[in-house]
Parts: sequence; C-alpha cells; structure tokens
Amino acid sequence: MPTAKIPPVLRASTGGEKEVDVDGETVGDALRSLASQHPDTERQLFGENGELNRYVNVYKNDEDVRVLEGLDTPLAGTDTLMILPAMAGG
Amino acid sequence: MSAGVDNRPCGGKYADIVASIGHTPLVELKSLSPKPNVRIWAKLESANPTGSVKDRVARALIEDAEARGAIQPGQTILEPTSGNTGISLAMICRRKGYPLKVVMPDNVTEERTQLLRMYGAEIEYSPGEQGSNGAVAKALEMAGSDPSYYMPYQYGNEANPRAHYDGTAVEILEELGDVAAFVGGLGTGGTLMGNARRLKEADAATLIVAAEPLQGELVQGLRSLADGFIPPIIDLALLDRKIFVSNRDAVVWTKRLIEEEGIFAGVSSGAVAAIAHRVAADLDGGNVVTVFPDGGWKYLSSGVYTKSLEELEADGTLETASFW
Repeated sequence: MPTAKIPPVLRASTGGEKEVDVDGETVGDALRSLASQHPDTERQLFGENGELNRYVNVYKNDEDVRVLEGLDTPLAGTDTLMILPAMAGG
Repeated sequence: MSAGVDNRPCGGKYADIVASIGHTPLVELKSLSPKPNVRIWAKLESANPTGSVKDRVARALIEDAEARGAIQPGQTILEPTSGNTGISLAMICRRKGYPLKVVMPDNVTEERTQLLRMYGAEIEYSPGEQGSNGAVAKALEMAGSDPSYYMPYQYGNEANPRAHYDGTAVEILEELGDVAAFVGGLGTGGTLMGNARRLKEADAATLIVAAEPLQGELVQGLRSLADGFIPPIIDLALLDRKIFVSNRDAVVWTKRLIEEEGIFAGVSSGAVAAIAHRVAADLDGGNVVTVFPDGGWKYLSSGVYTKSLEELEADGTLETASFW
C-alpha cells in the first residue's frame, strides 16, 4: 500500500499524523483515499474541479507528478507520495 | 564542434565590473561521471563578480528597467531574495547609483547580510520559517503600499530567464556541439526556463531536468498550502523531469565535489550535481550540462564544509538552514 507523507502545514487536518497509508493505483486515487480518511485535507489538496490545488506539489517518491502524468500517474504499493507546499528560492 | 577540452585566455577587457559578468568556465566533472561515454559539465557561476549566477539576472533586471525608462539614478529599488540576487543587485545598484532595499528571510547565513551591507543595501527581514515565500509576500506588500519603490521582481520578470537565454545557454552552445541533458536548480525558475528555451531550439531532444530543494520541515512553516508560491515565469511544460533533493543529499554531494573534483561550491551546486549524476546514469552517451550557482564562501559559517554529516544533523543545520 502506498504511503502519503504529510507536511507540517497539513497535519492539523490529519490529527497530527505524519504518514498515512493510502489506497489507489494512481496518484489521484491515492489522494482521494487520503481525503476520505481525513476530510479536512480535501479542500487543501484539490481545487473546485477536482484538479490538484495549484500551490500543492505532490511527488511520487522524489519526482513531481505534474511533470509525470499528473493525477493519472500510476502508483505501486511500494511508492511514497510526498505532499509539499510550493516553495521558491532566489 | 566536438566536446574537446581546450584552454582559452581567461578574462578579457571590460569597461567596468558590471560588463564583466558572464563568460564563466565550463568544467568537466570526470570523477563524478557514472559512465565513460557520458560527460558531465558544470558552469561555474562563482566566477561572476559577486560570486553567483545572479549577477547575470540582476544585470538583466536593471538594464531592462533602464531600457524601458522605468528607473533613473536615485530611484530606490526593492526586491525579495534569499540572498544572491540581493547581493548582485547591491553591487550593480552601488555602481549605477540606485539605493537598494532587499527583503530576505532571517535564517540565511551571516555572510549574506555582511555582503549586502558591504555594498550599502538596506535589509528588511522576513520570517525564516516561511522561506523565500515570506520574503516575496512581504516585498509585494511593501511595494503595494509605497509606489515610490521600483521592484524588478525576479520571480515574474521575463528579463530573468532572458539573461540565460541570451547568456548562459549561448555560452554553453559555444563550447558543446550537443547537449543531451541540462540540469538546473529551481529557485525562481530563471536558469531553467532561459536555458531550456535556447537549448531546445538548438536540439528539441535535449532533456531539461529541474532539481529543487526539499526544505527541512522547520522551514516549511507556512500557515496553509494556499501560502505556497509558484514564480509566474515558470512554465512546467518546458521541464522533462522535476526532482527534489534533500538538504542532506545536497550536502553529501557538496562534500563530494570538494573531495573528488576539487570544486568548492555552494550547497545548491551539490543538489544539481546529485541530479546530474542520476540523469547521466540513465543515458548511453552525450553531454550532461549543469549550472553551479555559486561558490561555498557564503555558507562557511553554516559549518557544512567542516562538520561531519552527523554533526550537522545533531546541531539542526540540515533541518533549519536555507541554502537556496
């Protein structure tokens, strides 16, 4: 089962949990599984049309899924999903 | 042109220090290449006047504003920065007669504050736990409430990627006939966007790979995910891969650069080296090019060059420091 790593900014919505086991064969399914377990995360993870929130970066292991296949990116049971706020440098 | 190595006379003759920006050396990282047919090259941006790639960007931002008639000497410039852009702007503004105010996170190394003060810049600090996002938010607020500031805004100004499109990438193509992959650090997106456009024009098959920092948890102190920030100049469609690098891995590779290549580089250079090595391992041959944004001087006080990884973990440096 894939694991979702929860950033500090989302932990108030997961009861303080840093890692949550999620179901699904795609990134989208896994995030919806997270939202069904912790409903307060849904509004932060998804926009109104069900797309990924613009300011949330989701990584399959260490690669940004937006540059892979987005929410349709396939997931294996051994994969980790890292959820992070988009941060700048410069 | 083959990717032979030749020596050219270093330097040239320039009207002033600002005109001498760019034309940095492209150095092969022989020890770090995982395959004999794949050559890894790093553009050493530490050779710029203030020691970072941001000299190119700052010059482009100021010259663009001058060309548009948006500023003239005496105009106060305001800019959010994690340090390097501020230092570059400070040098150029001192040279050209513009007072400069920068907004910078309060957890950057002391060297960055010293360099900014040395060039006469005024510093406003933003909360370190919000990273550069906090500096951007504060600078936008200041510019919004005081129209006397001119803010170049490197995150949304096309002059930033253009500095690379017209500079860095052209210099790379002058030295290497073909580029199989380009690896750039993702901060404002300027390095990646400008190089990607020029390199893909030369060869649409060139892979463009972004290496981005995985901030320590203590630096992810945003109030909500809605406080996340994506620089408007970034076009994800130009990227083939986008991979994060932890502070720990970046430091490991920064140390490897010293030990195996003799290159004293900043921590973000370690991060891009890690990804360049990974990308090289997936190729059968060709040139992998990366940009080392700065040297290590500004990070000496963090201890990353003298302490062991265990010491850096124990004292919290890897969790709290801001290297990008």
